[in-house]
Amino acid sequence: MTADERKSQAPALEARDLTLSWDGERIVVQGVTVDVAPGEVCCLVGRSGCGKTTILHALAGLTTPMSGHVLLHGEDVTGRPGRVSYMLQKDLLLPSRRIIDNVCLPLVLSGMRRDEARAKAAPLFERFGLAGCELKWPSELSGGMRQRAAFLRTYLMGADVTLLDEPFSALDALTRTDVRRWFVDVAAELGLSALVITHDVDEAVSMASRIYVLAGAPAAGEPSHVAGIVTVDRVASESFELTDEYLAAKREVMALLG
Amino acid sequence: MSAPSKARRIGVPLAALAALLVVWELLVDLGVVPNFLLPTPVQVVAALVEDAPLITGHCVVTLGEAAAGLALGVALGFVFAVLMDRFETFYLAFEPLMTVSQTIPTVAIAPLLVLWLGYGALPKIVLVVLSTFFPITVSLVSGFRSVDPDAIDLMRTMNASRWQIFWYAKLPAAADQFFSGLRISATYAIVGAVIAEWLGGNVGLGVYMTRVRKSFAYDRLFASIIVITALSLGLMKLVELAQRVCMPWKRAEGNYHDR
Repeated sequence: MTADERKSQAPALEARDLTLSWDGERIVVQGVTVDVAPGEVCCLVGRSGCGKTTILHALAGLTTPMSGHVLLHGEDVTGRPGRVSYMLQKDLLLPSRRIIDNVCLPLVLSGMRRDEARAKAAPLFERFGLAGCELKWPSELSGGMRQRAAFLRTYLMGADVTLLDEPFSALDALTRTDVRRWFVDVAAELGLSALVITHDVDEAVSMASRIYVLAGAPAAGEPSHVAGIVTVDRVASESFELTDEYLAAKREVMALLG
Repeated sequence: MSAPSKARRIGVPLAALAALLVVWELLVDLGVVPNFLLPTPVQVVAALVEDAPLITGHCVVTLGEAAAGLALGVALGFVFAVLMDRFETFYLAFEPLMTVSQTIPTVAIAPLLVLWLGYGALPKIVLVVLSTFFPITVSLVSGFRSVDPDAIDLMRTMNASRWQIFWYAKLPAAADQFFSGLRISATYAIVGAVIAEWLGGNVGLGVYMTRVRKSFAYDRLFASIIVITALSLGLMKLVELAQRVCMPWKRAEGNYHDR
């Protein structure tokens, strides 16, 4: 799909003029508008404490914004959880369930029988780099594997829009680079739209085609807003992280962050 | 420093115990402590063997009371913990009361319970419930609260019901602390039953102990101490066994860290 084709369709996820607060009084995020085209991976970058997680919660429907709307393929889903899938830095795998039952959780929670859910998830283990881990406990897997399992669970939530909150920042540097690249490939292959929320500029530039830069200091009474949008020229390269395009995008994002 | 080997972990405390018993035996045999005040370990074992049939009878009663009380205490503690987790008002209302209730000495309530409920099994069971309920409730409440709020948010985005969140996330998260509480409760249960019997009853280890004490048969008193200790340890082992069965993932964690 080309960029022009994407633009002609309704965005997969759209946040219109979101204004959010922590306590119903102090405004944290003001007038944020974000859209993610079908099949696109976008990033929302901002410093720690600028209200990224607050935005994530609003987009996931866990909180209702003071004003503004969240639209999913044009449908208003403001304040309604369970419509987009959601993945955090912490894998949040349940320690008491085997990997296969962890990834099947969204299916089982929606009423599917356990053996049926397992049968549906099993063929995906190979593609997610988890072959042979089905019956292991989460504590037996490495950090990278656990994040992959968390992503498979996210995928099985069945939503075509995924929100990711600093998904791979906790992994060690080499694993992180591999898993990010792998994520972008799998997302493209599965046709997922994703919004990655992060404070890590490298994470943003290495994963996204467009980056929304969030600026502001809510703790000091200055609500965050979108300071600019950086388009990343994703050249096909073995090591995109070393190209001039990568560095140019990174410089631009850093400049907007201030 | 590396962890001591299994042989050392078992051997060293056993050797210490043996040394203690030898010193005890010698102290009495050499007349440092008069024998009418302190029986020797050999005499205690002899008394245990001699009185075994009688002690077994009392033992069964005490164990029955302890088990019934513990089961009820766990059930009640579970209900309280779930309510305290679910309703904040309930938590605020009962948390201080429960803490205060724990400072009331068992020996102070036991005679009252006997007065109110008679000499049968009931006051014993009630006392065991009172003393086991608290550790169970506290461990469960803090276990339920130990769940990562992000995990609950995640499950909400999966449209999980309150019950599903409880079953999949909260209950397993509380399992570890629950079993710690249960282990403590198991020992409280035996001691609670014995104290209640001691302060009024017709049968049970506590009754046996008051009788041998009154007849100055201190070897038999020591024998009953051994029995009580063995019962408590046995119950604790049983709890550990139940934990292994109920928490298979715990074993996997252990294996992983050993590697």
